[in-house]
Amino acid sequence: MRFLPHSVPRPDMSDKKNIDNTRRNLIVATAAASGAAGVGVAIPFAWSWWPSERAKAAGAPVEADISGLAPGELQVVEWRGKPVWVMRRTKEMLEAVRKSDDRVSDPKSEVPLQPEYAKNEYRSIKPEILVLVGICSHLGCSPQSKPIDAKAEMGADWLGGFLCPCHGSKFDLAGRVYKGAPAPVNLDVPPYTYLSDSTILIGEDKKGA
Amino acid sequence: MASRLMALWDWFDARMPSVGEEFRKHMSEYYAPKNFNFWYFFGALSILVLVIQIVSGIFLTMNYKPDAALAFGSVEYIMRDVPGGWLIRYIHSTGASAFFVVVYLHMFRGLLYGSYKAPRELIWIFGVLIYLTLMGEAFMGYLLPWGQMSYWGAQVIVNLFSTIPLIGPDLAIWIRGDYVVGDATLNRFFALHVVALPLVLLGLVAAHILALHDVGSNNPDGVEIKKVKGPDGHPLDGIPFHPYYTVKDLAGAVLFMAVFCVILFFVPEMGGYFLEYNNFIPADPLKTPAHIAPVWYFTPYYSVLRAVPPLFNSQFPGVLAMGIATLILFFLPWLDRGTVKSIRYRGGLYKSALAIFVFTFLMLGYLGTEPVTVWGQAGAWLGNADRATVAARIFTVLYFAFFFLMPWYTARDKTRPVPERVTM
Repeated sequence: MRFLPHSVPRPDMSDKKNIDNTRRNLIVATAAASGAAGVGVAIPFAWSWWPSERAKAAGAPVEADISGLAPGELQVVEWRGKPVWVMRRTKEMLEAVRKSDDRVSDPKSEVPLQPEYAKNEYRSIKPEILVLVGICSHLGCSPQSKPIDAKAEMGADWLGGFLCPCHGSKFDLAGRVYKGAPAPVNLDVPPYTYLSDSTILIGEDKKGA
Repeated sequence: MASRLMALWDWFDARMPSVGEEFRKHMSEYYAPKNFNFWYFFGALSILVLVIQIVSGIFLTMNYKPDAALAFGSVEYIMRDVPGGWLIRYIHSTGASAFFVVVYLHMFRGLLYGSYKAPRELIWIFGVLIYLTLMGEAFMGYLLPWGQMSYWGAQVIVNLFSTIPLIGPDLAIWIRGDYVVGDATLNRFFALHVVALPLVLLGLVAAHILALHDVGSNNPDGVEIKKVKGPDGHPLDGIPFHPYYTVKDLAGAVLFMAVFCVILFFVPEMGGYFLEYNNFIPADPLKTPAHIAPVWYFTPYYSVLRAVPPLFNSQFPGVLAMGIATLILFFLPWLDRGTVKSIRYRGGLYKSALAIFVFTFLMLGYLGTEPVTVWGQAGAWLGNADRATVAARIFTVLYFAFFFLMPWYTARDKTRPVPERVTM
């Protein structure tokens, strides 16, 4: 009230009976309407934060040529700006996946992070070809490949897999998360399909394949 | 000459008296306790750093390009080719860390002398809002150089939101404007960092100071100086802010600037703590650096985040713990049931709790800068867990204990009688 010049007479607030409540109701109603209008005005601004048409178009599927992929080799393909790993697993590596069953927290891939056709022992369509989104399910860093001979760093019983540099989550060679890791669930398997024996399409699948 | 200037002032004052009135109200007739000590430098220093950041920031925008393809190159261009560009950039990056140093010390002062207690709860709440805005400002600014740490730090922080049940994944896409951190994210963070948040910050600082000047400053004794007034109506233990504290703060500013310049000219990267080495590598969405950690001022909360294990296939509990760790500061005025304000008259319980809390905060901060494997693994009796993770869990519990047990230990504490007047 001290912002008012002293010449302006102030309403006497000491006597509550003198207050005309119908006028107060008008103030409340006006304030509520202005508030609602304010929220309405905010909508187009908040709306502008959704991905643009251009960003959505950039999310199209990508093809990967796997003919040159050597056994045990990992190839990184960019899809929707994310790294997608394509790895040709050897017999020894597939054996390691089976041996990891009791070390991982979701061995049967119960949490739906893979298309139906990849919900199997090796989390892939063809056992030897692994396709994974290389983004940690914890907070989105990209884990690093730690092959089976990285025992010096990963411990003597390491079976090969991936380690997230950000918070130390470990994954096996099927992208299944180790028990006790900060990451809550397995790595994502993206939708993919074989266009031929040597080419896969990442980001789209044949329905019911 | 002087009389000419006085005449000019009189001319001005007759037409716009509010300038003189506000100056008297907030400076020359604002009575502050006479016993301010070292800890009372940091409020004024925060304003100094705010000004440094605004000025250096304005000049950085003149050469910076908020475009994912150009951002990293434009920062290198500022560093190498723009005359004095390296200096302006280092002022801004050193200023960011300096801001948190002075703000943390300013907040610690509040804990020492109970400056958040009645009737100063609103000042504290505005202060916590400033702190949270500053964190947002720092985080968004850190994305702009578009280095590896910028990119992956933003990726982790935005994904914190995606762990929120139900709306999380869509919320993260909405914040990023893309499926991953990208050009859209960089552009909007630039707008928020350069325009929106500084405006919010300035408004909050104004509210913080106005609220302070309405109730008056606390002091190291935690006594209300307005209770004992002299015949002139001014507190006997108060002195006008100007010239007494403007001169004191000026001395503090000179000392602060000396330290600031030493860092600025000799160790602007501060061994990787102020500017992380990985951020001198351009952002690569396909490759995460081997060791990522946030800048030092976020690491205590980052430690809390890492310490909490996932529950129900979700990382949300860790995110929630981190959120509560910051938001709980708002409730401090009501958690503290102590009858005295200053640590000088508190008992052993509060003194020990505060000491443990400071140690805890520093340890969480340290652990957050290191990989979880820094102390090796514990034995089988702890399930071969990383020792650093176990330590971070203990310190996380201690962090929350300081707040959640506060109503108990502050009420039971054996306090000493508070004097009527301030002591020197």
